[in-house]
Amino acid sequence: MTTRTVQFKIYRYDPDKDERPYMQDISVELDVKDRKLLDALTKLKAKDEGIAYRRSCREGVCGSDAMNINGKNGLACLIDIDTLKQPIILRPLPGLPVIRDLIVDMTQFFKQYHSIKPYLINNDPPPERERLQSPEEREELNGLYECILCACCSTSCPSFWWNPDKFVGPAGLLAAYRFLADTRDQATNERLDNLEDPYRLFRCHTIMNCVDVCPKGLNPTQAIGKIKDMMLARAV
Amino acid sequence: MNIPVYKFDAVIVGAGGAGLRSAIQLSEAGLKTAVLSKVFPTRSHTVAAQGGVAASLGNSEEDNWRWHMYDTVKGSDWLGDQDAIEFMCRKAVEVVVDLEHYGMPFDRTDSGKIYQRPFGGHMSNFGEKPVRRACAAADRTGHAMLHAMYQRNVKANTQFFVEWMALDLIRDSEGHVVGVTAMEMETGQVVIFHARAVIFATGGSGRIFASSTNAFMNTGDGLGMTARAGIPLEDMEFWQFHPTGVAGAGVLITEGVRGEGGILRNSNKERFMERYAPNAKDLASRDVVSRAMTTEIKEGRGCGPHKDFLLLDITHLDPAVILKRLPGIREISIQFAGVDPIKEPIPVVPTCHYQMGGIPTRYDGRVVAPGADGASTVVPGFFAAGECACASVHGANRLGTNSLLDLLVFGKSAGDTAVEDLKAGHAHRDLPADAADKARARLDALNERQGGVSVAEARAAIAGTMQAHAGVFRFSDLLQKGAAQILEVEKMVHNLEIKDKSQTWNTARIEALETQNLIEVAKATMISAEARKESRGAHVRDDAPDTPEFPNGRNDKEWLKHTLWFREGNRIAYKPVHLQPLTGEPVALKTRSY
Repeated sequence: MTTRTVQFKIYRYDPDKDERPYMQDISVELDVKDRKLLDALTKLKAKDEGIAYRRSCREGVCGSDAMNINGKNGLACLIDIDTLKQPIILRPLPGLPVIRDLIVDMTQFFKQYHSIKPYLINNDPPPERERLQSPEEREELNGLYECILCACCSTSCPSFWWNPDKFVGPAGLLAAYRFLADTRDQATNERLDNLEDPYRLFRCHTIMNCVDVCPKGLNPTQAIGKIKDMMLARAV
Repeated sequence: MNIPVYKFDAVIVGAGGAGLRSAIQLSEAGLKTAVLSKVFPTRSHTVAAQGGVAASLGNSEEDNWRWHMYDTVKGSDWLGDQDAIEFMCRKAVEVVVDLEHYGMPFDRTDSGKIYQRPFGGHMSNFGEKPVRRACAAADRTGHAMLHAMYQRNVKANTQFFVEWMALDLIRDSEGHVVGVTAMEMETGQVVIFHARAVIFATGGSGRIFASSTNAFMNTGDGLGMTARAGIPLEDMEFWQFHPTGVAGAGVLITEGVRGEGGILRNSNKERFMERYAPNAKDLASRDVVSRAMTTEIKEGRGCGPHKDFLLLDITHLDPAVILKRLPGIREISIQFAGVDPIKEPIPVVPTCHYQMGGIPTRYDGRVVAPGADGASTVVPGFFAAGECACASVHGANRLGTNSLLDLLVFGKSAGDTAVEDLKAGHAHRDLPADAADKARARLDALNERQGGVSVAEARAAIAGTMQAHAGVFRFSDLLQKGAAQILEVEKMVHNLEIKDKSQTWNTARIEALETQNLIEVAKATMISAEARKESRGAHVRDDAPDTPEFPNGRNDKEWLKHTLWFREGNRIAYKPVHLQPLTGEPVALKTRSY
């Protein structure tokens, strides 16, 4: 790519000065090195320093810069600018309260993550060295532990939009299964009890928006299905 | 102005690896602990570490901590403190096993133990041949580690202040550290955290360079606060340039790629490392590999239309190995270099990666500074760990996988030492009347100034100056020019203007405050580098070449000492290297080759 001008429409809202949100039309000159949407945002910010968004690692592992890009959730640092239709429409992640511009209040999201007890539970006295786990057992954690908690999935899920206080959501359920699938964890029953409820797990209607948007290519729907299987196996 | 005061036993600034590891010790000891972080903990930059954490578990072949210690001392070019290095290498097994018990999903060997891979500079039998010492979770070790430690803190009920930025260290008239001022990013509210112990775990500051593997937020906030509080910074001339950042993008490609068999090639497809490090080849120490690459490029054997990068080749590896052991690298290569490494080599270039220097500490995590008589004395109430600290275990050059080990070992020991202090139980010392004045003055100036310099302009000036004057190879005339120029850039930073005056999530203000920290790190680096008139580890100057009298340009007679840079007057002082380990004989000085 060469030098080019890219058009944006950006959701703006600063409660200190704006009565209501508005869409800002703004364009930016990009050069050869500007490849990702985050590169463009950095240049936009040099032009209008008031544009507020989170970002840190710029390589898709910290999960800070999730936003709604032309209608679909994604990480700004991983999206190639030139694949996007212009004007590029940037909005905050849907379904969570907006604090300012592209920054949302993620309290509810993390509350759900914390609700599944996202830590290994093993009450045996720890051995002197590592607990053993076969490569095959370890393999079960692939596709689960890589989650970066960016919230792209949960905020694209209609069930989470309607019941963010009651439905754990895809990210939290993926984490729940990550511990259910770990041979070192001893709290299987406790974890399943914690999810046995008309909302916490069962509000997933396999719409699969979560799978569609996950920037790490993970599959929360599948993990949710496996929790449901465990629930069923336990019941019979 | 009335500023709210929050009272805690301990305040930890930073929730990356070191901060979270300290927090586990404090929370599990039942102490009232606040952890402040600019980002949600799992977004800290530890998350980006890839290849592994060093520990002589010996899971795949014989290994022991003495070999690890030898490699680390040699890697440091003998500038590392041997007591701290021994402490770290002996504790390595314990802290890695802790992580496994927290639930970290390490890869496994066929016998179910933690998987280990070779890494640069890690050898068996005192430098003989590469050894598998890097404990890995695929190529996402930092991510797996950071999440496991955050999760352990959730279990321990640690109290986090997420998206809070610490502004300044508070010291009383006797020099005791009694807390920090901090700002809640969402509301702009400034608060005093009054504590009996303050632990800095603020990470690195690689953003002083234009080309860096570091995250945007790695702005050296802890170093800025420490320097402003009158405490010197140690060995700031030593910066690690990682051999394999993605050309153009700067994103890290782990050395674990070479550990798994990857090879660096020049435009003639030659495996050039054989010429520079006949024994360790592509797994020589990072400073050695980065210099070799820079030399290849300088001599016209770089690749691409501008001959400005080299190639990291793994096309000869079994694709199944790449998919299993290096899946994240494949993702990064496709995303940021546009190549699938199964089919094509990855374009790479040495990129600023890690700060060996930092806040001077001992191996128990206590911060030390020269007292009235010039000898190192403890700064009471103040601890530091991880990349922001200088214990010093990395000396003039860090070995790969020793950074994750550093943050575990010293995060834990700083936490343990703080617990001991707190349990011994003195009351909170009184806050000085002017506790928040410095921070308030900086914020007021930013709010009121008109017609100043923009943050983007000042940051570009810092990064441009550092990149041009203090790179992989250093030149005496450029160092002199750079030292003068950075003081000019400092004037820009003193004149920052932000147009955005909002109290709500004001990222312009946050970036301005970060820039005020970056400039302290940049000055410390330039001035310390200009002053050190020898070549050692990552600091290699043209006027200190390899001679029979001074092999590799290293001059132990005059320069086997740590630099201390003081903000006040840009003064430089030196202190001796601890050559005596805790037990046994020192690793004797010798010429470094791989």
